[in-house]
Amino acid sequence: MTNNLSTDNLTFECETGNYHTFCPISCVAWLYQKIEDSFFLVIGTKTCGYFLQNALGVMIFAEPRYAMAELEEGDISAQLNDYKELKRLCLEIKQDRNPSVIVWIGTCTTEIIKMDLEGMAPRLETEIGIPIVVARANGLDYAFTQGEDTVLAAMVHRCPTETLTENTKKHPSLVLFGSLPNTVANQLNMELKRHNIEVSGWLPSHRYLDLPHLGENVYVCGINPFLSRTATTLMRRKKCKLICAPFPIGPDGTRAWIEKISSVFGIIPQGLEEREQAIWESLEDYLQLVRGKSVFFMGDNLLEISLARFLISCGMIVYEIGIPYMDKRFQAAELALLETTCKKMNVPLPRIVEKPDNYHQIQRIRELQPDLAITGMAHANPLEARGINTKWSVEFTFAQIHGFTNARDILELITRPLRRNQALGTLGWSQLIKTDN
Amino acid sequence: MKLAYWMYAGPAHIGTLRVASSFKNVHAIMHAPLGDDYFNVMRSMLERERDFTPVTASIVDRHVLARGSQEKVVENITQKDQQQKPDLIVLTPTCTSSILQEDLQNFVNRASLESNSDVILADVNHYRVNELQAADRTLEQIIRFSVEKARKNNVLNTEKTIKPSANILGIFTLGFHNQHDCRELKRLLNDLGISINEIVPEGGSIKNLKNLTKAWFNLVPYREVGLMAANYLQNEYSMPYVGITPMGIVDTANCIREISTIIKNQNPDIEFNTEKYIDQQTRFVSQAAWFSRSIDCQNLTGKKAVVFGDATHAASMTRILAREMGINVSCAGTYCKHDADWFREQVQGFCDQVLITDDHTQVADMISRIEPSAIFGTQMERHIGKRLDIPCGVISAPVHIQNFPLGYRPFLGYEGTNQIADLVYNSFTLGMEDHLLEIFGGHDTKEAITKSLSTESGCSWSPDGLAELKKIPGFVRGKVKRNTEKFARERNITEITVEIMYAAKEVIGA
Repeated sequence: MTNNLSTDNLTFECETGNYHTFCPISCVAWLYQKIEDSFFLVIGTKTCGYFLQNALGVMIFAEPRYAMAELEEGDISAQLNDYKELKRLCLEIKQDRNPSVIVWIGTCTTEIIKMDLEGMAPRLETEIGIPIVVARANGLDYAFTQGEDTVLAAMVHRCPTETLTENTKKHPSLVLFGSLPNTVANQLNMELKRHNIEVSGWLPSHRYLDLPHLGENVYVCGINPFLSRTATTLMRRKKCKLICAPFPIGPDGTRAWIEKISSVFGIIPQGLEEREQAIWESLEDYLQLVRGKSVFFMGDNLLEISLARFLISCGMIVYEIGIPYMDKRFQAAELALLETTCKKMNVPLPRIVEKPDNYHQIQRIRELQPDLAITGMAHANPLEARGINTKWSVEFTFAQIHGFTNARDILELITRPLRRNQALGTLGWSQLIKTDN
Repeated sequence: MKLAYWMYAGPAHIGTLRVASSFKNVHAIMHAPLGDDYFNVMRSMLERERDFTPVTASIVDRHVLARGSQEKVVENITQKDQQQKPDLIVLTPTCTSSILQEDLQNFVNRASLESNSDVILADVNHYRVNELQAADRTLEQIIRFSVEKARKNNVLNTEKTIKPSANILGIFTLGFHNQHDCRELKRLLNDLGISINEIVPEGGSIKNLKNLTKAWFNLVPYREVGLMAANYLQNEYSMPYVGITPMGIVDTANCIREISTIIKNQNPDIEFNTEKYIDQQTRFVSQAAWFSRSIDCQNLTGKKAVVFGDATHAASMTRILAREMGINVSCAGTYCKHDADWFREQVQGFCDQVLITDDHTQVADMISRIEPSAIFGTQMERHIGKRLDIPCGVISAPVHIQNFPLGYRPFLGYEGTNQIADLVYNSFTLGMEDHLLEIFGGHDTKEAITKSLSTESGCSWSPDGLAELKKIPGFVRGKVKRNTEKFARERNITEITVEIMYAAKEVIGA
């Protein structure tokens, strides 16, 4: 039903794209943990390695299942043979770790020197006997979480084809895509099970060897807003049917998500409204803190639309939604829900700024003085020193935020700066810079 | 290609950005793809910087790849010039832009015609130098540029100050305890009656670089950054420099003696009672000399240690441990491969063996082979130590947020000797405790009688519930278990399944 609403009233702008975000290769940080039998090899330079090492902090010391194939001058000038070099490294990885799959992450450098990773992978795969999946998660084309999108899109091709003998079920197969911690994936499975919807698989599963069966009769549904390439690949290459729903972030989003899936399978969900209501009631202590407060999303991880929609439901006012990339088709249902939510809560529609310019955004933040700015770590401390409350956006990608069960965790994050400042509120030193420049 | 998990020194552009952003009112523009501005995060997080890091990126994307940067870089430079009116803009190449082989110098030339600020291109090769070498070079480049410009405009100030004065070169952002060291050096020079002319680059202004030549000499506290600039000033303007790191009692004294020689060379009339000052400080201001004589330090005699870090800190630390505390340094090493000869010479006679490598697995292997009583290294060695159960004192970058303490913790000068003594002493198992452990074989030989708070809950866990519970990180598992059982008890549920766990989380946030 939400699909019929147009999105004409939302305004979309596009700025210069000079904004801060993580490099998409950061997706190895959570994907290697999610896919337990994988090994991620990032083919890039010292710059990539330095980013991973600093961004992933402590994890590097736990003997991670990822590594850099660090390109040296000889590789760039083609004095060394790429194929032989990669073979040497992959054999080393096979010997030390024996993974079920090696994922090659192409970077800016491999793009520029046009290293033919997609061409080399199948040859090497047969030679060493381990599947090699190639994902081009580079900063030339993508931002932060889109890295996961490129990896999952590449994995779609490796999913086995659905066999028709499985057609004995109550409804067609449903495969959910998007990487979530196993706990959260279980929670969503169970949420659907209450309405007699059986999830037949996840992309990615927690083992590469358990990738879901895909095919013409399989319905797929995304759980994160940044998975548009994966969605396209599922539809075009595996002929899957995409269920375009809002994302299960916040109780409102989760309910809309379940409703949409149910409606596709002709199921009328029972007790869903009560369940949503109960969750909202349990959040009341946090809601009291956020009601009427204003938020500014600087934009860096593509979760912004869903989070903004949830926060508006919570009674907040959103001034601006910065977002690296806006796929209006994949997010259509989410955008529609954003619009109805704004109307329902009687707040103005926020402006959506694609490819934002951080410098201009900071000028706007200075003018608007929002109660909370959701921003990357590069700007958080400087904004705090100028008396603007901030929440690091990266935490939303690493925290558990999906489903009914975790709605509280989102608000826990959102309200943390507000609660902290309640505690420090009367001390009188919120501006901590000498001269504003 | 090289299989790498971790690196000691970062890529070249990080060094350039560290130097550029340490100056006041200097803006760096990176020619880089999206996501390469990670430097801003490090500076803002590690240094807890209150101001916006003056670094932006001129983004290299698909269009740039297809058609070249064209106007983009020039536009970004002129825009920054108008927005923030910096004194200098440093265009910084990255690994990506250096393969593109665009004529960045041409962009710089064009942009400097249109902007009020000076514009330069950082001259560093990504595939040949690392972070530290690049920082050294960029500092020299900026100083050379500014000094030469001043000379051309006839505003270069070559007349020496009346009283002896010094420049401190090489204090900069994200440096290991640099801020504290700087304060300590100022105090030291002040004690000696030497005024500070300029501190570069940290907090320095480009406009003041024309005054650099007023100083009597340059002090370069760290081997890694500042030497190139000091050499340039020595060759062009005959400014002598002191390159002895004043770390440890003996080297601090050596550094002071060198300073006094330089000053007396320039003006023999200056009254300068160096030896009395050194003696006073060594015996009574610094506690380190007394500490090494006290019976505490006796217990450290002959204990084995391993030292690893950048060239400056590892060399100084090796000498302090061996010469000033009687500790047996089994191995001293550095990741500054480009400075290996200097390092070998510095630690010769103070350690059993020398290790020059930037591969942390080699360091780990060496440590596990030697099994020292303590390690003095970087954050990496601290983690190696944790795995092997060997204590580690952090003495060098790469750094971590813990290495930016709020309290006063210099490594240089006389206060630095106190800090180092504490660090060394606390790293080894304390003397008496050590004996007791040896005699009784452990801290607490009686088996502790513990009572689990949730034993009498009366509910059992289903296998799937238990499996889910195991997935919860250890440090909150107990709390989740207790809360879930409480939730179950209140509702007379006897068997806890996954569903019950999730329900408990929704209701009471377990």
